Amino acid sequence: MMRTEVLVIGAGPAGIAAATAAAANGREVILLDDNPAPGGQIWRESIAHANGVGMKQRALDLLRRSGAQILPGHSVFAADASGTVQTLQETSIATRVDEFRFEKLILATGARERFLPFPGWTLPGVLGAGGLQALVRSGYSIVGKRVIVAGTGPLLLAVAAHLAEDGAVVAGVLEQAPLGQMLPFAMSLLSDPAKLMQGAGYRRKLWKTPYRTGSWIVEAIAGNDGRSLAAVRITDGARTWSEPCDLLACGYHLIPNTQIAELLGCQLRGSFVEVDASQRTSLENVFCAGEPTGIAGLEAALVQGEIAGLACAGRPTAALRQRGAAARAFGVRMEKAFALRKELRSLPRADTIVCRCEDVAFGDLQHRTGWTDAKLQTRCGMGPCQGRVCGPAVEHLLGWRPVSVRQPLSPVPLEALCLQGETADIGHND
Amino acid sequence: MQPFDAVIIGAGIVGSAVARECALAGWRVGVVEGGTPGSGATGAGMGHLVVMDDSPAQLALTAYSRSLWRQQSERLPKSVEYESCGTIWVAADDEEMAEVTSRQKIYENAGVPAEILTASQLAAAEPNLRSGLAGGLLVPGDAVVYPPAAAGCYLTEARGLGAEVFLARAVSASQGEVLLSDGVRLVAKRIVLAVGAECDLLPSLPIQKRKGHLVITDRYPGFLRHQLVELGYLKSAHKVTEDSVAFNIQPRQTGQLLLGSSRQYGNEEREVDADVLRQMIERARQYMPGLQNLSVLRAWTGFRAATADKLPLIGPATGLSDDASLWLAAGFEGLGITNAPGAARLLVNAMLGRESAIDAEPYLPARMLEPARLSHA
Amino acid sequence: MPDFISVTINGTPNRVARGTSIAAAMLLAAQPNRISITGQPRSALCGMGICFECSAVVNGTPHRRTCQIQCEPDMTVETDR
Repeated sequence: MMRTEVLVIGAGPAGIAAATAAAANGREVILLDDNPAPGGQIWRESIAHANGVGMKQRALDLLRRSGAQILPGHSVFAADASGTVQTLQETSIATRVDEFRFEKLILATGARERFLPFPGWTLPGVLGAGGLQALVRSGYSIVGKRVIVAGTGPLLLAVAAHLAEDGAVVAGVLEQAPLGQMLPFAMSLLSDPAKLMQGAGYRRKLWKTPYRTGSWIVEAIAGNDGRSLAAVRITDGARTWSEPCDLLACGYHLIPNTQIAELLGCQLRGSFVEVDASQRTSLENVFCAGEPTGIAGLEAALVQGEIAGLACAGRPTAALRQRGAAARAFGVRMEKAFALRKELRSLPRADTIVCRCEDVAFGDLQHRTGWTDAKLQTRCGMGPCQGRVCGPAVEHLLGWRPVSVRQPLSPVPLEALCLQGETADIGHND
Repeated sequence: MQPFDAVIIGAGIVGSAVARECALAGWRVGVVEGGTPGSGATGAGMGHLVVMDDSPAQLALTAYSRSLWRQQSERLPKSVEYESCGTIWVAADDEEMAEVTSRQKIYENAGVPAEILTASQLAAAEPNLRSGLAGGLLVPGDAVVYPPAAAGCYLTEARGLGAEVFLARAVSASQGEVLLSDGVRLVAKRIVLAVGAECDLLPSLPIQKRKGHLVITDRYPGFLRHQLVELGYLKSAHKVTEDSVAFNIQPRQTGQLLLGSSRQYGNEEREVDADVLRQMIERARQYMPGLQNLSVLRAWTGFRAATADKLPLIGPATGLSDDASLWLAAGFEGLGITNAPGAARLLVNAMLGRESAIDAEPYLPARMLEPARLSHA
Repeated sequence: MPDFISVTINGTPNRVARGTSIAAAMLLAAQPNRISITGQPRSALCGMGICFECSAVVNGTPHRRTCQIQCEPDMTVETDR
């Protein structure tokens, strides 16, 4: 069991900023992450080359010099607002459960991609946009592979540019949002030099790639063996056409990871964790920074992380308020720009799988009365992903919000559950 | 709205089974459910169809009800996952083995096939049990179902026969009138309370909540073939005041393993009790060490409805209430799924003034007033 | 230049760069990670340890999230059925 003053969960940009700020200001800090190395998603370590060099490298250097203890490979499966968290570490030879006691907790658990079901989406060859990028970074070579990037959100261009850099033939980028809907957001980027440069960089890498707005995937089609992707059918609302491809990188923006916050009992506002100006949640000793408080990108994550870290160290945060407000405003513009069109709700057919863990089809769900009824009668959401993939899909398609979060937050070996609790004996029959 | 011949409060496994029997009798039936059907005690339970001999009356009811399940099994939809995997009562030592021998005779006399397994036969039947156990009692006719789907199936059948389902909470139910939370008022000749462990509609209902824990794993087809119960389970189920755990594990058709069991008194917290969970798992590991590495997807709790003499309340509420319209199908403790069809038959026969295939007297609610009943059975 | 190691995937040895995740290795070998409960081949979707589609049998243990595990020399990996 390890004790610390400030425990930070999640070593993406927000968690790195939070841990650095708290530790540099004198607090004892432990930073946990479930990946093998810090960076989270946007700064995920790449097997092939150093990426996001400047900013990421500076942040990591500051982190390492701050005195914070960095513990990768820890997956949080249980948490208690009274001040404990349990993690699982799995290597190829052993499993270990650890308990951490904290005085203050900072949740920087980031976001995951939203996946929307459409016919054929379960075929090998169909991945998330961030998903394909993550796999390329962990060694999946896509040199010469024909890739279509689709869905919605700023992630699409970033992913497409990286894939092109890694040798893929990016045959198209399809953004479901109509151009008019995105314009205010795009215009606001023009006033930000860093973002302009970034945009220009993408355009250079993708100069041959058609970028279509108001277009989306209606079906993923298997090759002759029926076992992997060979083509996709695309529509712009007026006409529909097919494109051959080896890979489809498709994601519909981001969903906040609020599971730990919910388990602890933090108040939510809609889908996000409610925080005050110091990033404090409804629980006095729990803070939250970055995407779980609102999908707003890298700058917001960095500022909010720093605010949370300073707040935990008892330092003033007023100097950062303006940057924080600007970053949140960026997030609001982004949300409006990439709102999902209604046609995406009619993509699944009756036999389209919605819950991939339990192979529950759309037709099995349509006449249920709600999430609880669907879970009980079809097992939708009862598989290992615990509704992280199908939950947002079901909410989008049918309007039902998934109910309570319970521990274990992710599957753990049975023995891990034994290592919780006091040692007081209760009777059994001898 | 026209008056109903019967309104059943609760669309869990028992309420749905009763609704179906009433509808089969040609009655005008209403069913009231305040939550999602099957999400109460029914949704929390294991779905074990088991002949239990903790008393002659329990043996009679579970054997009878289990036979009704078997009769129905062929026409149950796949979603109910009826699986005739049987139960093995596991004996850890010679003392428990002696119990096995005597229980085998009791089962045979009751017409329930049961076979004694030696230590090596037990090991062959369940290779993942630890070595060194003494043997067991195999009851091949026991089975497993997926309770929410089974309840749903009964309810669908009742609806098909004309039963009306009202998805609202019953605020009051007495003197032939049921008032719902949405303001609707139902008039019925008979009101059946089939409400799991919730007693607010009839405070005099002599039911205590008994909290249980369950854990479900990922898929491991072939790891377990039969439902396994340690012989100490009966002692655990019998304890009136002490908390206890007892090893009980079930294979589902999906290949997932469902692990229990625990009993706690006076604890109405829905939260998983980490300490109890730990005790339950450690008990299980003593029987099946290989369990410890299996991946667990979920842990949850549920409340059984327990009566002082371990038998359910099936019949008119006379004695507990002077309301002639009230009938009870309640207090099933850990045998709600097993006893649902049997209890439904008994209850509807009582309401029709008909004889049942087994003696209905031991389950009559009025017995609870007799002092002798309130001691251990 | 990364050095290479050998991992066996569904009985066939595969040479992969050290640091490659098992999920990436299985994609390179065009082998599905798992077969779904209705018999469909599945491969990694989210790449970040959330969707469990990349679950495979690693050194005899089923249900391992292969996108979160790096290949090690002489590892054996099989499609989770």
